Amino acid sequence: MLNYDLVVVGGGPAGMAAALKAREEGVEKILILERADTLGGILEQCIHTGFGLHYFGEELSGPEYAGRFMKQVYDTDIDIKTDTMVLDISDDNTVTACNKFDGLLTIKATAIVLAMGCRERPRGALSIAGCRASGIMTAGTAQKYVNIDGYMPGKTVVILGSGDIGLIMARRMTLEGAKVKAVCELMPYSGGLTRNIVQCLEDFGIPLRLSCTVVKTHGRDRLEGVTVANVDENLKPIPGTEEYIPCDTLMLSVGLIPENELSLNAGIKLDRITNGPTVDEYRETERRGIFACGNVLQVHDLVDYVTEESQIAGEGAAKFIKGEKKTGEFISTEGTNGVRYIVPQRINRETDKDVKLYFRVGQVFKNVKLVVKCGDEVIMSRNKKKMTPGEMENVLIKLDTVKSLSGDKITVTVEEA
Amino acid sequence: MKYNVAVIGGGVVGALILRELSKYDLSIVLLEKENDVAMGATKANSAIVHGGFDAKTGTLKAKFNVRGTEIMPEICKELNVPYRNNGSLVLAFSDEEVEHIKELYARGVANGVPEIEIIDGDRVRELEPNVSDEVKGALLSKTAGIVCPYELTIAATENAVTNGAEFLRNCEVTAIREENDVFVLSTTLGEIEADYIVNAAGNHSDEIAAMIGDNSIKLTARKGDYYLLDKSYGGMTDHTLFQCPNKMGKGALITPTVDGNLLIGPSAVDQEDKDDVDTSPEGLEFVAAKAFRSIPSLNLRGAITSFAGIRAHDESDDFVIGFSEKNSKFINCAGIESPGLSAAPAIAEYVEKLLTEKIGANKKESFNPVREAPVRFRNMAKSDREQLIKKNSAYGRIICRCETVTEGEIIDAIRAPAGARDVDGVKRRTRAGMGRCQGGFCGSKVVEILARELGVPMNEITKFGRGSKIIYDRTK
Amino acid sequence: MTKREMICVSCPIGCAITVELNDANEVVSVTGNTCPRGDKYARQECTHPERMLTSTVKVEGGRLPVVPVKSASPLPKEMLFDCMKEINKVTLTAPVRIGDTVIHDILSTGIDIIATNDVF
Repeated sequence: MLNYDLVVVGGGPAGMAAALKAREEGVEKILILERADTLGGILEQCIHTGFGLHYFGEELSGPEYAGRFMKQVYDTDIDIKTDTMVLDISDDNTVTACNKFDGLLTIKATAIVLAMGCRERPRGALSIAGCRASGIMTAGTAQKYVNIDGYMPGKTVVILGSGDIGLIMARRMTLEGAKVKAVCELMPYSGGLTRNIVQCLEDFGIPLRLSCTVVKTHGRDRLEGVTVANVDENLKPIPGTEEYIPCDTLMLSVGLIPENELSLNAGIKLDRITNGPTVDEYRETERRGIFACGNVLQVHDLVDYVTEESQIAGEGAAKFIKGEKKTGEFISTEGTNGVRYIVPQRINRETDKDVKLYFRVGQVFKNVKLVVKCGDEVIMSRNKKKMTPGEMENVLIKLDTVKSLSGDKITVTVEEA
Repeated sequence: MKYNVAVIGGGVVGALILRELSKYDLSIVLLEKENDVAMGATKANSAIVHGGFDAKTGTLKAKFNVRGTEIMPEICKELNVPYRNNGSLVLAFSDEEVEHIKELYARGVANGVPEIEIIDGDRVRELEPNVSDEVKGALLSKTAGIVCPYELTIAATENAVTNGAEFLRNCEVTAIREENDVFVLSTTLGEIEADYIVNAAGNHSDEIAAMIGDNSIKLTARKGDYYLLDKSYGGMTDHTLFQCPNKMGKGALITPTVDGNLLIGPSAVDQEDKDDVDTSPEGLEFVAAKAFRSIPSLNLRGAITSFAGIRAHDESDDFVIGFSEKNSKFINCAGIESPGLSAAPAIAEYVEKLLTEKIGANKKESFNPVREAPVRFRNMAKSDREQLIKKNSAYGRIICRCETVTEGEIIDAIRAPAGARDVDGVKRRTRAGMGRCQGGFCGSKVVEILARELGVPMNEITKFGRGSKIIYDRTK
Repeated sequence: MTKREMICVSCPIGCAITVELNDANEVVSVTGNTCPRGDKYARQECTHPERMLTSTVKVEGGRLPVVPVKSASPLPKEMLFDCMKEINKVTLTAPVRIGDTVIHDILSTGIDIIATNDVF
């Protein structure tokens, strides 16, 4: 049995930032458990640039962004176990993991940070009719083949879903010599960042087809083509709009799902919308001493925000370990009228610092007012020129404001300007 | 090569026959046109062991179903294949359907099906609380069960090969002629000679029979679409839930699988193409609509995959089993549609008797009926896991996180007799890639391990053989 | 006189900008932007658009067969595919370290291609 003050599950950007912050706050014995053979998480395969603009004020590639944190981790005596899978977290915060070298590991932790990231939604969840041919894969899988393994996963490609990974892969495949025929998006707007639509699609003349989906895949062995169709306002395919596009690869970029199997097995309650744990302002889940941050908590667009969030979790874990973390009465948060969710889901009334509320809207809004209320009291009101589901928003609630609130619920809502 | 018996077709029927024959002092070979066994109807069906009340009394379907269901548990035990006797319910939604299940009950009694009874709606919901309030009663069949059809096929083949049988994959039979009383089979791997042939070629058994001039088999390819739901939905029902066929057509079933998923389906559409297993929006919609009727609270958000299978329906509406009228050394096992999986062990037993009596073959003493259970890390206790990793560290590396499959298990699956050669083969043997992420995380690692074990570059690894390549050339 | 429509990528608002260009391809006017950054972006896009280029380079003798690379600063947009051809010609030998120059002054642009990860 090993003993640690803090065990961090996942050595991606979230796990590393949480561990480093906890160390900075004086936590001594820290262990990072990572299932891959290196730290860095998914950033290792995200070789495009655009990371770190907020955090470092520089445009870094994924491995570079991860590399900066890896170096910091290596410069400390934070313990790392790579190639290690966590199997279970028990009721008394005992972590069971395994790898080739240690066999089964039993680790008693005072606090745990969950930083397992997310996974891509697979084809099955979409129920696209058609064949079982090879050549249908998630954009992330294709990205690994190209960027890590050095193999082309296809030559003629249709991408379903205009999430950022899909857009990035459209450019990546094109630069490596593949022909990307189209990016189809079920919704009437793209789920990706505008700059990615410009620089990954428009630059290369790749059509973005909105309100369009793949209704059937064709081919017996390797994929030979897909049938796409436009969809109506209920997202149902419109008969007569079908079009056959020959291609050997269908890449799916249709959403990310926080990877919370471990959390669920540990009895941690998840938010119905984020699919991540419900947390307080320090990202503590409903299980005392277990924190969550990064894409396991909510799917982020920018790693910079993952880092920011994970530092909060690391700080919270440190406070918990030192016995300084306040807990008592909570003020809950709720997104209404177009605001789909809020993280954190609750705030300690006795908290000791400003609280940023992160959220996403459910549709594109232009020239609206974002209003934060507690009961009938308006805490904040701000005009917004544009908000889209693809870009996470945040509002800062000052500590003084939190302290002054008498109601027990903060709501964030979109109103007409 | 010359063999006493060539079995054509590595589905559940062919594999179980091969295993029965491997008990004898015979040289036997299984010829499979695909890159693995269980690639046809066997891998895409309802995975259930029927009670045996459905088939018309006196038919081969009825006879072999009842016997097959009886001996299935023992065979699964010997082969270490997951089988569960969960029982089944045929749900009746109206008075008319209550009459229908009474008929089924009577037929079951006539077929010799043990442990069946009619129960009322309240009792149904007592057994299965999620079943619709509209259900008025049901036919309960306690001997019905569930089994994993491809694991059964893989295990049977493995056991047969361990006992001396040969397995040839990617070996498609293209013509058969007779020379000096010996069959000469032209195949994609060259010519193979055999004294006897067992035709277990599934949807293509009519074509194989026609190669010896036997045109008596008239098959229709009947496609059925299925949804497979995540394990978190596996508990929606414990029994297999059937519906009565009514004027709206045949109903759909909902069943747990031995792995704890929930399976719903199938639709039924006749088609020309015997190998077209594309799912269709209509088929999937049909399945969903029917399933909701049985369990209204069902949620298809839990669907992790959909697939379709082809049943070979013979014009006679029955199995075609026995020596061909054209050649007394050629046995047909054709038209094996539902309840084919349930009947397969009994069909194998029957063919064994038919053939070995004719040949006058002797049993070998060395036959070992047991196929050792493969390592299943996910089901093991902590102390066993510790021991296992100590013995072989490859069991300490988890490759598929959804299903907790280790590198050691994947290597075992590849190295096993008649082992996996492609990604789907690994998936069927270990469940790597079978979980909710459907191989998103482990797919490329499985490709890597296959390439390493088989000594080929990664881009030669396929999803399921033939041209189903996964990746192309090197980028650089 | 020609008009070009574009979406500004300087911030998430994504203003729809119209740029008027004269026959010498010089910017005459920028409209539709809501801040000075939009104006700057639009002028740059019309006169000399630049993009960061990222790809991989072959590595021999390392843990991985390729190492990711990027242009040290943005390259002229129209040169991306020509630069890819150069990148595809290179073979490195492990170890490669993050920040190593892989190609110096690619196609006389004055810009280096550098490794963005370690491959040992």
